[in-house]
Amino acid sequence: MKVTVCIGSSCHLKGSRQVVEEFQYLIAENGLKDTVELGGTFCMGNCQKGVCVTVDDELYSVSPETAKSFFEENILAKAK
Amino acid sequence: MRKFDTKVQHLKYKVLREVAREAWNGTLMQNLLDIPKTIVPGNTPTMRCCVYKERAILGERVKIAMGGDKSNPNVIEVIEIACDECPMGGYEVTDACRGCLAHRCEDVCRKGAITFDSHQKAHIDKSKCVECGQCAKVCPYSAIMNFKRPCVSSCKVKAISMTDTKAACIDNEKCISCGACVYQCPFGAITDKSFILDAIEMLKKKDNKVFAVVAPSISSQFTYAKLGQVIAGIKALGFHTVVEAALGADMVAYAESGELAEKGFLTSSCCPAFVSYIQKQFPDLADNISHNLSPAATISKYIKEHEPGAKVIFIGPCTAKKMEFQKEEVRPYIDCVLTFEELQALFDSRDLEIMDMHEDILDNASYFGRIFARCGGLADAVAEGLKERGITDFELKPCSCDGIEECRIALLKKSKNVLDANFIEGMACVGGCIGGAGCLTHGEKNKAEVDKYGKEAFEKTITDAISQLGKVK
Repeated sequence: MKVTVCIGSSCHLKGSRQVVEEFQYLIAENGLKDTVELGGTFCMGNCQKGVCVTVDDELYSVSPETAKSFFEENILAKAK
Repeated sequence: MRKFDTKVQHLKYKVLREVAREAWNGTLMQNLLDIPKTIVPGNTPTMRCCVYKERAILGERVKIAMGGDKSNPNVIEVIEIACDECPMGGYEVTDACRGCLAHRCEDVCRKGAITFDSHQKAHIDKSKCVECGQCAKVCPYSAIMNFKRPCVSSCKVKAISMTDTKAACIDNEKCISCGACVYQCPFGAITDKSFILDAIEMLKKKDNKVFAVVAPSISSQFTYAKLGQVIAGIKALGFHTVVEAALGADMVAYAESGELAEKGFLTSSCCPAFVSYIQKQFPDLADNISHNLSPAATISKYIKEHEPGAKVIFIGPCTAKKMEFQKEEVRPYIDCVLTFEELQALFDSRDLEIMDMHEDILDNASYFGRIFARCGGLADAVAEGLKERGITDFELKPCSCDGIEECRIALLKKSKNVLDANFIEGMACVGGCIGGAGCLTHGEKNKAEVDKYGKEAFEKTITDAISQLGKVK
């Protein structure tokens, strides 16, 4: 599973670092290092929807506050 | 609204703009020969002896805007017919000599090169003079002057001499492509080759994702507009997005602080002219050059690894970067290099008035990555890197060299083992990157502008800035 977080300027200011850190922590905690490939990209062209996250090419809008629940619903559930 | 420091830059810009305009339209080949006349219309010369010479030189400038002489590996090139063949007489006695009694000039000259005529005025015997300059220093009337060519004075690595026809000539074995002569030649006879056509080619292809990696010194440029408007302008040219090279600087500062603590001594690898200088003049010290790629190459590598097929164009103040990106170890990551001068030409070739544009944002790097643009910033960032990594058993003793002459002194001391420092931050341009030859303007306030831009960064530490990349272990 490929998870990509936008770290372009706009998403960065909306908290992409916190989202990346949260995902990194949760991936490690759930032992998903081998199943989930976490990556970054600069700009997905949807700056209004930031922080932009794609899970296997499907686009989502996440914020530092929703990162944990998003992970559980859209990454953890699918990865297992 | 002042876009450039000098009229030479303005002229160079006009050529780049016209070449770019034709290239966007796909009409460059048809209209190539008309460009000189577009820039110098009419019959009244404004720069040289006649319009025909002006146009002939402009023809050469067009050639350089299109990439220049492919057989010359150097990106810095002399336009022979533009060289005014300035006199280079060295030390000469001027009319200000009053024929005094003291004759300090004669006393101080160890070569006996000073003689006096029947009016007691001094003369220098050129066959004896060794250009030491002592006579000029002691003359109470400052009557002795050193007539050196501006290009020769600006070239601290002594790569410029003159040909049989008295035109300037660059020794590629010594030249570090810093561009000091480009900025200093009052006739614009030395200039940097442009890759603007390659950039346009990449931007014109619809399915290309072209990333602009901009140097932090951009904060001191385009002063007639806001930085956010410059970013909007870059995107309007067709770039996919704009990324700060300063984020690469954060990555370098983090990695380099570890490398330094491990090896005990390093010279920085950020400034390509400084790296080239060590390789050419102090090859014995080359092993000490940090193994990190430059910040621009580091962030470009990250982009390429995460965006297969992406194109990366670096935009900065630097002519030496035009050499760096052609190196084997950098070529896979950076596809093209433009200067701020060339970016201005690109904006105007598309008639983009950036002052009228909306303000986009640019925020990837930390304060420390951003201050790489000025001398001393790199050493500050490495100190911070050591601190953030919790490396306490290594004491940083930086030697920040402002300009290639200071670099030479530090390297000379190191080669004799008398340098009291364990990290040489080398910047070939005085002031650091903000003094680069590809800057539109060079001003007193530029350093303050860079610091201000640094403080505006969203991330305050190096670790936080690179944490978003998943690079912190």
